[in-house]
Amino acid sequence: MEIFRHDLNINFLGMRKISIVVSTILILVSIWAIAVRGLNYGLDFTGGVLIQVNYERPIDVGDVRSALVKAGFEHAMVQSVGGTRQISIRLQLPKNQGKKVSPDQLAGAMSRQVLTALRAENPGAKLAQAPDFVGPEVGQQLKQSGIYAVIVVIIGIMIYLGARFEKRFAIAALASEIHDTVITLGIIALVQREFDMTVLASILAVVGYSINDKVVVFDRVRELFRLTRKSKTQDILNRAINNTLSRTIITSGFTALAMASLYLFGGSAVHGFAITMLIGILVGTLSSIFFASPLLLWLGVSKKDLMPVTRENPELARRP
Amino acid sequence: MIDFPRWKYWLVGIAMVLGLLYAAPNVFRPQPAVQISANRDAKIDASLQKQVAADLAKQNIPYQSIAIEKDRMLVRFANTQVQLQGSDTLRIALGDDYTVALNLATTVPDWLLAIGAHAMPLGLDLQGGVHFLLSVDEHAVLQKQQQRYLDDIRSTLRQKRIPVDAVSLSGNGVQAIFKTADERDRAAGVIRTEATDLDLAYTRTPGGGYGFKATIKPDVLQKLSQAAITQNVTTLRNRVNALGVSEPLIQQQGQDRIVVELPGVQDTAAAKRALGATATLEYHADDPNVNPIEAARTGNVPPDDRLYYMKDGTPVVLKKRVIVSGDELVDASQGYDQQTGLPDVNVTLNSSGASKMLDFTTENVGKHMGVVYIETTPVVKVVDGKEVHTSKTTETVLNNAVIQGVFGKKFQTTGLSQQEAQTLSLMLRSGSLAAPMNIVDQHVIGPSLGQDNIQKGDRAIVLGLALVLLAAAIYYRLFGMVADIALVFNLLLLVAIMSIVGVTLTMPGIAGIILALGMAIDANVLICERIREELRNGSTPLASIRTGYEKAWSVIVDAHVTHLIAAVALMTVGAGAIKGFGVTLAIGIVVSLFTSVTMTHAITALIHGGRRRKLKTLWV
Repeated sequence: MEIFRHDLNINFLGMRKISIVVSTILILVSIWAIAVRGLNYGLDFTGGVLIQVNYERPIDVGDVRSALVKAGFEHAMVQSVGGTRQISIRLQLPKNQGKKVSPDQLAGAMSRQVLTALRAENPGAKLAQAPDFVGPEVGQQLKQSGIYAVIVVIIGIMIYLGARFEKRFAIAALASEIHDTVITLGIIALVQREFDMTVLASILAVVGYSINDKVVVFDRVRELFRLTRKSKTQDILNRAINNTLSRTIITSGFTALAMASLYLFGGSAVHGFAITMLIGILVGTLSSIFFASPLLLWLGVSKKDLMPVTRENPELARRP
Repeated sequence: MIDFPRWKYWLVGIAMVLGLLYAAPNVFRPQPAVQISANRDAKIDASLQKQVAADLAKQNIPYQSIAIEKDRMLVRFANTQVQLQGSDTLRIALGDDYTVALNLATTVPDWLLAIGAHAMPLGLDLQGGVHFLLSVDEHAVLQKQQQRYLDDIRSTLRQKRIPVDAVSLSGNGVQAIFKTADERDRAAGVIRTEATDLDLAYTRTPGGGYGFKATIKPDVLQKLSQAAITQNVTTLRNRVNALGVSEPLIQQQGQDRIVVELPGVQDTAAAKRALGATATLEYHADDPNVNPIEAARTGNVPPDDRLYYMKDGTPVVLKKRVIVSGDELVDASQGYDQQTGLPDVNVTLNSSGASKMLDFTTENVGKHMGVVYIETTPVVKVVDGKEVHTSKTTETVLNNAVIQGVFGKKFQTTGLSQQEAQTLSLMLRSGSLAAPMNIVDQHVIGPSLGQDNIQKGDRAIVLGLALVLLAAAIYYRLFGMVADIALVFNLLLLVAIMSIVGVTLTMPGIAGIILALGMAIDANVLICERIREELRNGSTPLASIRTGYEKAWSVIVDAHVTHLIAAVALMTVGAGAIKGFGVTLAIGIVVSLFTSVTMTHAITALIHGGRRRKLKTLWV
């Protein structure tokens, strides 16, 4: 069974002007979205108010959650505490508050609103203790260590790709990598999806997924460069994309299939994860085809850059 | 595939069996239980077992079993509702001698446990865990600081040769009294320049003396208490790390509270001991002029001294003045004495501690110096049906050793058992606490994603995996099915290794698993596409398989190594969620390289190589 004809030869590089322009626009829009609209950080990152509520009778966490959603508290973290009658609710503080309101006052006001919402569903709700402000300290530490981690990852991958391929491949891979991540983040910022731990996890997965795609295409480019005697760089890049097109689409399809199932049937907790992965897979797949290779052409890779580096298989090199 | 070496078949076979065995415990979900552990003198024995059974029977609480496991007793219950009732009943019935804590008991069969197979702990986001609320004793911070300034003022005045009548603590500050106004003004001038953190106010004493009262500036006080919280957060983080809990949540809450959430840990008793106990060391000079046995008998101790006891009950009289205290410790590690080979604790002091120690030891070589170990254990008592939180301070002299030579920054404390040396160094290394903490609240938390969500998520993952397996089988037929087997074993091996290593499974961890599985399926797609290409180019089926694997190998290795670099970087540099992702991904990638290449190759070789007749077509 085949989806694509194996002798497919689409001139992807011919569209490079359009595709680069589209990519540039997307990146600019994404940067704008991240800078101006900002990421809608979840409770894991911002901290917020912790409210503990006691009930007279055992209560279902799902009911509490739906009561809160009805009242407009969509991203509340509801946990059952100890038994079945005590519930802890964590909420983000509303944004753009005047500076005159202290966090304590704000927490008090929010706890009253929450209690009103809960009483509407179940009159037995009572505050267990005064609401507390939960500091975002861990979130900041995490952000900081995340930034360091990303820098180390970038340097590590650059060195490896530079050694295994050539420095221009490393640069192109990295640029497409940043391209994919920024656009995925941009879309999340644009639709103001809550950026929580699960979304962060999927961003990490998207980064890995995207680099994988580039490596596969670049590997074929390297192979074709070494195999063919005389060929224009553009033709080789086109052939590499076409040759790997089937695997690009199939792998993306398989991964997207799993993510779509997670999105459709996985419930609200994994929505963020699945949708980010789906966006990332789409962006990553398209950039492998339309962005990474034009970049290689631009950077001016040629046959001789790759030949003297390594000749692992002399038999391959001897072939016509 | 005659050229596929036999040992690789064995390797693949053994890996499959081990993967199945060690992944198996994860099928058995833990059961709610109550754990009883003994405090100090109490014993866990058969009579306690009877007592527990009787106590539960009196309240009509059904239990499933009561078992003694090493030094603890586990009472298993059918569900969390009964478990909570049981723990409440037992906590009241057993009183202070025992620590009663909620726990999740394993249901993994003994023969699996015997080969070291354990279930993977789930993160707080997936399965809940323990939640602690600690309050930091800010009053103690203030007191400690005032004592410090008192000492500073005293020594500064001595250095500047300003005669002073008295320097003492008074209310919320330090009071200094002088004979003349001139002396007072000179002293105040010196203190103002030396200690800029203090506010000075002139006072007159009823006796006609001139004085000033030094109080710590409010903003400095604010900074100090914030620093105390931050230091405690760091300390807690270290202690939690020492407990082996990954991705803990430790954050400040409100002015003087710290929240600690430990995912997967249901053994609240152990966690509580590690978090709640605060240990510090104080080095005091021994008073050679007092006979300790006499002092203990009569209770007569000079005002500058204090009577302590050693572990075995031997009385020791030490000077009250602290030479060096725990907050001047920089590091403490357990090692072995080079001469005796006995365990010791290597202590490193900060510069102020080092200079004090140097000053003291220079003058006192050959004399004794006692190390007082101060432990504050939180105690919960039930008074009139209400829980009352207090803390119990135990001060023991660890040893009263002869000062062998002059030392400052680094020295060893000996006379500890291996266990004590280890515990002490751990507690000290965790950072000696700036302020004592009390656990004011503790409870077990349900998963934040919600049980319903987890069930949905589980089903969606199974469905997603099934869809991918089906799609691969349809698209690549026989080779797809081989890839499917490898993919399933990839998951099994990954789970098995994570279980053996003891990685806590969290949401980011699941993301890592999904990415690793994606890599594995991609490797097989690459191989299958290559084989198809070779077939189209007119190669024979067997040659196609061989060259397919050969050519795909380079790209698979590149992709995997690139990922491994990223995973290792995330693992070592990242913290919390990022680290969890990195660990899972790193294991997943190594496993994927094995299952998606070696394992599929072995299976393919087995299918196609075994046939005598010539292979005409490949079902790919």
